Amino acid sequence: MPILPLSDAVSDFVRDGDTVALEGFTHLIPHAAAHDLIRQGRRELTLIRMTPDLAYDQLIGMGCARKLVFSWGGNPGVGSLHRLRDAVENGWPAPLELEEHSHAGMAAAYAAGAANLPFGVLRGYRGGDLPPHTRVATIECPFTGEKLAAVPAHRPDVGIVHAQQADRRGNVQIWGILGVQKETVLASRTSIVTVEEVVDELELVPGGIVLPSWVVDAVCLAPGGAHPSYAHGYYDRDNDFYVAWDAISRDRETFLAWMKRHVLETADVAEYRASLEEHVAA
Amino acid sequence: MSTTLTYTADEMMAVEAARRLDDGTVCFVGIGLPSLAANLARRTHAPRCVLIYESGTIGAKPTELPLSIGDGELAETADSVVPVPEMFAYWLQGGRIDVGFLGAAQIDRFGRLNSTVIGDYDHPRVRLPGGGGAPEIALGVRDVFVMLRQSPRTFVEQLDFVTSLGDRVRVVVTDLGMLEPRDGELTLTRLHPGVTVEEAQEATGWDLRVADDLGESEPPTDAELAVLRSLRTKGSS
Repeated sequence: MPILPLSDAVSDFVRDGDTVALEGFTHLIPHAAAHDLIRQGRRELTLIRMTPDLAYDQLIGMGCARKLVFSWGGNPGVGSLHRLRDAVENGWPAPLELEEHSHAGMAAAYAAGAANLPFGVLRGYRGGDLPPHTRVATIECPFTGEKLAAVPAHRPDVGIVHAQQADRRGNVQIWGILGVQKETVLASRTSIVTVEEVVDELELVPGGIVLPSWVVDAVCLAPGGAHPSYAHGYYDRDNDFYVAWDAISRDRETFLAWMKRHVLETADVAEYRASLEEHVAA
Repeated sequence: MSTTLTYTADEMMAVEAARRLDDGTVCFVGIGLPSLAANLARRTHAPRCVLIYESGTIGAKPTELPLSIGDGELAETADSVVPVPEMFAYWLQGGRIDVGFLGAAQIDRFGRLNSTVIGDYDHPRVRLPGGGGAPEIALGVRDVFVMLRQSPRTFVEQLDFVTSLGDRVRVVVTDLGMLEPRDGELTLTRLHPGVTVEEAQEATGWDLRVADDLGESEPPTDAELAVLRSLRTKGSS
């Protein structure tokens, strides 16, 4: 399992039209990898994510996505995702197909994918208006007759997560809020993990989990790669950036100019971070 | 309102919700007002109240209000941090949670909520964030507490979309008072100080029922206000 430059991993593993899951539940969101998908101009992606937030707003606004599979699409604590809304409400820059679930349904779909099962089962989706608009079915428990919801398993072509550490052999350690990081890697046909740091030996952290190198296809060093989300033990969430995103993303031209300056005209996460600091200084 | 208030409507809402949390209650908390209410309860009459955020943090004890449900401090102070599939399967569906807080863009007289779309689903006027954890929280906890500012745009005769059901909604705390289900319909049971029945009715998009035993909220105490204001250092609402 090689430690690769992120841009190489993205070009080697992600094809136009692929189903890609970038996960991280408020924590360890793989922004650097999203930026490489944008820089490389990936198109027609089916994007899966429980909580599409700024990274997905950027991917959608830059025309990378054909379809979004999700359960909550907003800017946490701030409000709407304007690029997501513009795509759904006005078809800009392209129409976006939605497959909408609840958090419990998305979590069950990832767990089923990791377990190599065709569907996840839960007590959910009852009574509301969502079922006719999404992929959910009712099944009967063969033992009790109880009616339960079945959701098709998530089996992404590529799963991408951010983590704190890898060792030189590519074993990955994650701690703090774990989200669906493990399920995403295990449910995906191929997986890319970006990390804050490569260390000689992993020192196990309380509450941490280790993904062995042989379930990961590429480890990429991307310090700061979760910004504006955070990496527990490395840096805090950039709450001001989430607030600022509302104004950056509200208008199409402002958004495109921002993406050009900070993503398209930067080569990697280090240049992206430096460009944000110049922006503040100016 | 004619009386000069020494507290805000948000503070009254947080206090009213907090007082309904018994010591030891296990609560599924969202950001904003629910987080304020649950943290107030934990620092006043209910020190053993257990705060669970859907990011998987169980028994979180934040010192200031988180901006997101996944802030690092929640994990640092939690008794246990579990993966999200476990959160929903073992803890919520497993029946371990007493109270779940929900908000929404719209509510109807049956306590059903809409946080999905305004307008038609396929061609929405406003695409809202979506249900997130709400559909299963609404069915998986013992009691649902709704916290929502009252206006005719929010308290509607007809929801644009049913995101979650109202079967377990026990109380709706608003900036004007409190509604509780009576004979299957949300009924005004309490007004905050200085608010009139007419004001509450005008802020409701359906013909609001008023309880015969309509009461009045006790205003926040100095002790409650002191805790609330110490919690709000992060500047989020």
